[in-house]
Amino acid sequence: MIGALIIVFREVIEAGIIVGIVMAVTKGVRGSRLMVGAGVAAGVVGASLVAAFAGALASALNGVGQELFNASILSLAVCMLAWHNIWMASHGRQLAAEARQLGQEVRSGARSLFALAIVVAVAVMREGSEVALFLYGLVAAGGTTAGDLLVGSALGLAAGVAVSAVTYFGLVTIPPRRLFAVTTGLITFLAAGLAAQAANFLQQAGVATAMSDTAWDTSAILSDSSLFGRVLHTLIGYSDQPSVLQVVVYTATLAAIFALTKAFAPPGIARPPQTPLTQNG
Amino acid sequence: MRNRSLFSVLALAVALAAGAAAPTLADDETEVKITLKDHRFDPAEPAVPAGKPIVIQLANQDATPAEFESKALRVEKVVAGGGSIAVKVRALKPGRYRFFDDYHEATTQGFLVAQ
Repeated sequence: MIGALIIVFREVIEAGIIVGIVMAVTKGVRGSRLMVGAGVAAGVVGASLVAAFAGALASALNGVGQELFNASILSLAVCMLAWHNIWMASHGRQLAAEARQLGQEVRSGARSLFALAIVVAVAVMREGSEVALFLYGLVAAGGTTAGDLLVGSALGLAAGVAVSAVTYFGLVTIPPRRLFAVTTGLITFLAAGLAAQAANFLQQAGVATAMSDTAWDTSAILSDSSLFGRVLHTLIGYSDQPSVLQVVVYTATLAAIFALTKAFAPPGIARPPQTPLTQNG
Repeated sequence: MRNRSLFSVLALAVALAAGAAAPTLADDETEVKITLKDHRFDPAEPAVPAGKPIVIQLANQDATPAEFESKALRVEKVVAGGGSIAVKVRALKPGRYRFFDDYHEATTQGFLVAQ
């Protein structure tokens, strides 16, 4: 039971924190709950499929199918997050101005909502397939009773959802005006972390072979398997033994999204409170 | 339209970042065979030469799926029940590198010993 609880909890928080952030980002946009729900549902279906075909996936493409699949869906999520950030930056003022006019908002928010729904689906699919495989393994092994398994998984799910809810409610207490800046930053770090994971899978597949040395080892200080380490891993991509390539990809993604977000933001949007008159020379 | 071109720029940037290193096939790869049976790795502490890329051939003889994982080796790969996987590992410095089945971490673990 404890085994099921821990594994389900661990996977649920990884997906759940992402769902929590997306929900906070899209709070108040009509149709967003539906989109997030659809994303979760699609993710669950995808997870079951991935779990069912795990064997075939592992042996596909000369045995690196699993790695390339993971790298691809992570890259997709990175693109969607980046696109959302940039889209929001270029439409931010309009959205803020019409925040109370729901009709307008639906139209303007819908496009980037879809990107975020994909991010949710991808996150749920990745973590969900691990849960599905693990639970299937427990059932197949016959070591535990179905009741035990069910209780453990339910507790794990509940605890995971609770952590995700804390993320969500923590974010929505931020005043709306600051929320945009905070979530933009969060999403940028989230995307960079996912990009670094994608780089790791490419290295594992042998597609990327350069810079494979370990950049640092902080596992003694903060292990990324500990709860706090895992939350940091999900939020900002913390890794206790990253490769040099991962660090490079992480930094490059961070820089690229920040730069593009800034470049596409109409003047004065990036920092709404202290607008145009400041001139630093 | 503007969004579409924006998206292409992003996709390109990611592709460039991902493809930063060209694929190369190492000719001096060492192969290590490990079997997983009754949730035990055999051998549990395979020895490999240091400084050479390694390919681990893992055969799962259990009926249940496992996830072969190692922090130190930066590996995370699912192996189906009764299935087998190949895992590529970079050239290692001498040392002991822990690996485990993520679904049974407490009991199912081993060390790759590079020397």
